[in-house]
Formats: sequence, C-alpha cells, structure tokens
Amino acid sequence: MRLLLNGITHSYGPTEVLRDVSFTVEDAEIVCIIGPSGCGKSTLLRFLGGLEKPDGGAVLMSGNAPEGSLNPLTYVFQDFALLPWRTVEGNISLVLEDHGISGGAARAVIDGVLARTKLSDFRKAWPRQLSGGMKQRVAIARALAVRPAVMLMDEPLSALDSQTRELLMDDFLDLWQRERFSSVYVTHNLSEAVRLGHRIVVLSRRPGQVREIIEIDMPLEDRPHRTAELEPIRQKLWDMLRDEARAADRELTDAP
Amino acid sequence: MPRDTGRLSAPAPQDARPVPFRGGGFRHRPHPWLPPIVFAALLALWATGSASGIISPVALPAPADVYAAFRDLVVTGMLWTHLSVSLYRLGVGWALGAALGVAAGLTIGLFSLVRAGLLPLVSALFPVPKIALLPLFIIWFGIGEGSKIATIVFGTFFPTVISTYSGVDGVDRNLIRMGQSFGLTWSSIVRKIILPGAMPAILSGFRISISIAIVLLVAAEMIGAQYGIGAYILMAGSLFALGQLIAGVIILSVIGLGASWLIGRAERKLLDWRG
Repeated sequence: MRLLLNGITHSYGPTEVLRDVSFTVEDAEIVCIIGPSGCGKSTLLRFLGGLEKPDGGAVLMSGNAPEGSLNPLTYVFQDFALLPWRTVEGNISLVLEDHGISGGAARAVIDGVLARTKLSDFRKAWPRQLSGGMKQRVAIARALAVRPAVMLMDEPLSALDSQTRELLMDDFLDLWQRERFSSVYVTHNLSEAVRLGHRIVVLSRRPGQVREIIEIDMPLEDRPHRTAELEPIRQKLWDMLRDEARAADRELTDAP
Repeated sequence: MPRDTGRLSAPAPQDARPVPFRGGGFRHRPHPWLPPIVFAALLALWATGSASGIISPVALPAPADVYAAFRDLVVTGMLWTHLSVSLYRLGVGWALGAALGVAAGLTIGLFSLVRAGLLPLVSALFPVPKIALLPLFIIWFGIGEGSKIATIVFGTFFPTVISTYSGVDGVDRNLIRMGQSFGLTWSSIVRKIILPGAMPAILSGFRISISIAIVLLVAAEMIGAQYGIGAYILMAGSLFALGQLIAGVIILSVIGLGASWLIGRAERKLLDWRG
C-alpha cells in the first residue's frame, strides 16, 4: 500500500508547526523522517495514521492492504503504550478482541508474533517486569498481530540504551526482510536513519518544511558491513541539520 | 599506621582514609512487633491508672467497666441487634452511594457536556455537611431506614464522583491514543483502558468514602434510631455510662478496620498488576 502526503499544513493556535509537506511512501519502503526537535515530526506521523487532522492538505492512501490486514495503518510508540494491567499475551489479544478473534485463533496469532519477536518465553509476564527493549518488542509484536500494511513508528528506539537499540534495529530489519511492510520511521538519530531508510525526509525547524529527500541506494541487508560508505551520507545529514538544530535549541516553546 | 590495602595495586598513601558515610536515616524499616507492644503498654497504663485512682472514673472508665459493657452486650444479645442494623445501613448506603458515584464520575470523566453541566453542582454540594440535610431527608424518605440510608448515600456519592472522574482524567492519554490507533471501539476503550486505568483512584476514593459513611451512620443513628451503634452510644452518653460509650466507640473502630481490610483485599486482587 502507498501513502501520499499532499501539502500538509498545520498550526497549534498561533504556532505554525508544519508548512506544505508533501512526499510519498511507496509499497515495502521505509521512509525515515528526521529533523530538529519541535519540527513537527511526531505531529506529521499522527496525521499519517488518522489520529489527528491537519489544517490544510491531505493524507491519501492508495492500493489495497495485504490480505487479512486488520489495521492497515499501525503505530509503534516511543513510550511503548502497553497496558500495565495486561500481560504480554493480554496486550496482544487486546487488539484482536474487537475483530472477534479469540480462543484458539487468537492463541495462534499470538504464538506466531511472539515467536517472530523472540518473546515466546515471556507470554505471561507483566509489562513492569520487562526491560525497555522487551517492552518495545511486545509493542512490535502487537503491531504485527494486526498485519499492518504501513508501520508508523514514532521514535521507537529513543527510550532505549544504545546496545538495545542496535539489537532491535537488527531484529526490525529481519522482520522487514520477511514481511516487506511499508514504514514511516520518525527519529532524531541520524545513524538509525541511514541504517533503516530507503529514503530520508529531512525537515527544517519549525514550521517544518521538507528541506530535502535523500535516497540511499544500498540494500538494507548490506548496510551493517558497509558503514564506511554510509558515513558521508550521515555527515551530509548532520551538516544540513546542525544549524537548524542549534536554532531550534534556542527557541522558546509554547506548542503543546 | 598499618592499613588494609585490599586489592589496591599500589600501597595506599599514608593519609588515605575511608570516605565518611552520609546516606541513610530516611528510609522506613518494618517493625512488626511494635504495634502490639504499644497497644499493650497503653492498655496496661490505662488499667493501672484506673486501679490506682490517678485516672478518675468520671474522666475515663476503667478497662474492666468497658469489658463488663461488652459482656452485657453479648449476653443480652443486643450486640447483634445493634450491629446488624448498623451494618445493614452502612452496607446498603455505602454500596449505593459508591455505585452511583462511580457511574456519575465516569460520565463526568467521559463526556464534556456532562462535565460542564454536573461538575459545578458536585463542587457546590460536596462541602455541604450531609447531616444538616437529615431533617429534609426525614421529610422526603420518612423517619425509618430511608432517611438514614439516604444520608449515607449522599455523603459517599460526592467523594466517589470526585475520585472517579479525576481517576479517568489521570489515565495516560497515550494509552487511549494507542487504543484508537488500533481501531478499538469506544466501549472497548472505556472498559479495557479507561476503567482499569482509573481503578487505583476509585479504590483509594473508596477508602475515604467508607470512613465518611461510618461518621454519617453514627450521626444519623443519633438523631432518630432505636437500635444501632450510634443509638447505643447516644444512650450510653446520656446515662453517663462511660463504659458502654467506650465499648460503642471500639465497635465503630473495629468496623472501620474491617472495612479498610476488605478494601485492601480488593486492591490486592484488582491491582495485582502493580506488583
């Protein structure tokens, strides 16, 4: 499935956060969005999944979701958003219950996604017992359970330490190799962007506008051992962002 | 001066000394044996004070008098008479008030129209001492059980409303947004996300409303009741039977402890996920 963003503009009160943002997300493509803090990246992601409405412009989807997709546009949140009163298993069954999937059918789906995210031993665990990395795995398992067409990821690794981040990035790439979902991946970490993105959308500071869209023409599976070739891209991104980030850092914020 | 250099690779310098310890002191440790000792010590002090005449029987009855009052209550079977009517009023009144309060609190928490309409009313009526309305309740609901139960219902309703709607307000917005992002229905979000999220606040509201209910029970029974712990205490007071008065107060305290134990059980069961 493809997502098309057409001239997205938005303000919170007097503060303009996004101005005329347009780009497309192709089928089975990972698009990373980077930009200085407060540039409206997370707001943009909320528009993409229909959690908020932009003042101007439109988000369109085209093509069909894969067979059996329960929730084509599915989020993975920075703070994991697991229900603390449900076990790992319960958190996943939460998103199946409203589709009438329960009992044996639900168990089969849950077994499948837990195996794919290496969580099979943690079925009955409570969220409070899990490390941050494990919690995010549960959130990814929950997202996989509804067979998404597009994964909307809002800084999914930002709350984790750098070693856990590496492990999860590898796992995420493994999953992508198998499932070939599309993904919009918001991050402020340039290394994540060059490691995961087929294309990288660089936003300016507030109001966020598309500064540049960089295409990285190297298969994702090759990137871990060709980091030297990626370094110039990372450097270029940083050169682009440095002044924006410095200016954004010195701004007073009133936006919610 | 000889020093234990431990695993140091080089001998410690002559002036090496341990870093002074400055932490600690503000952490509570459990002392499970202390409460019974304090209790026994107070009782012993009370008994010797009364026996030696230091504590005048007019000021405080001797423990023996209180014990005699208890024995009297049990032997005559009046304990059960008073206790059963009081527990009935308390149980029905509190359960109704709490149920209505949770329902009203949920609608105030969920619907902005209801919030705008009802919240000012709740804020205006909450501070009114409900016992002041008892004469009115007697006119509305009769001198019998109705007016007493209504007082308790009214008294427990408002604190429950307030704790419930602030519990709903306190539910993590991100969890609700997560529910919406997975296409959960409105009723699923309320039942599976908002209600469990508000449960800790609702239960701590119950702890407060049950104590309010006991206060109102006694007040209502003092005004127009033949039986009940409140009536028993009022009668004891007017006869200056201080032993009976203290016995009644002890029964109230036990009821309060029992209720808070029950809520503690409910908390452990409903909030087991907090660990």
